Amino acid sequence: MSEQTLQVFIDGVVRFFEHTNDKNVKVGTPYLVENETPAAYDVTGIIGISGPYRGCVYFTAPRILLKHLLLSIGETETTNEYLFDLVGEVANTISGNARSAFGHEFMISVPAMIEGAPDHIHLPKNMRSYVIPIYWKAYHAAVVICLEC
Amino acid sequence: MLSLMIVDDSNIIRRKIERCNDSDKFNVVASACNGAEALEIFQKVRPQVVTMDLTMPEMDGIACIQQLVAIDPNVRILVISALSDKATGIEALKKGARGFLCKPFSEEQLIEALTELTED
Repeated sequence: MSEQTLQVFIDGVVRFFEHTNDKNVKVGTPYLVENETPAAYDVTGIIGISGPYRGCVYFTAPRILLKHLLLSIGETETTNEYLFDLVGEVANTISGNARSAFGHEFMISVPAMIEGAPDHIHLPKNMRSYVIPIYWKAYHAAVVICLEC
Repeated sequence: MLSLMIVDDSNIIRRKIERCNDSDKFNVVASACNGAEALEIFQKVRPQVVTMDLTMPEMDGIACIQQLVAIDPNVRILVISALSDKATGIEALKKGARGFLCKPFSEEQLIEALTELTED
């Protein structure tokens, strides 16, 4: 995957954080991981991709980051339902941004939300994923891209 | 004051739009979390303005716009979606939407988009 392609996904996540009260999000250096051990925190919003690119993109974060992020967008409800909605919205923003860059043939699904262990995330074992580390306040999260093209 | 229905599968977005509803121009009368539910509520409530997400389970926003406009050609629909590509925007407008606001959005952007929609 080219640097420019990765940058599209980075731009998507930065775009989401720009609409929060604390815009100071930092993006770490992307790295590759084996799909047998997918990266995951407490809650994950995953979007299936089809068309010229096939695979998935997901945003995963610890609960504490998501609770603070909800407050940062003016939402006072921090129940599980709202945490799920939030990872879905971030994943939507990232993939929507990618669709703008790659064209309408970059087809994206409704987000699916997953809680807990990464063994619930099933990625093709013969591929590797890019992990983009996200740092916000004192917390870590990640955007993971598993695409073949 | 214009009656407004919110259609979005996210609680966060529905509540955000409700919170922006402190202008004297709009009154939120209903909300729905997918296109099928929106159609059912629309028949009963007949709001004048609808905010519409596109990517939703059961019935997506594009299909819902088409059906809402068939029921009431005067309904003013503002699409609010993370799908910000030109082709999606054009398709929504062709089906009968009157405006497009990209997620994520600020309160000011929402009020401006709704105001533009009702000034047409």
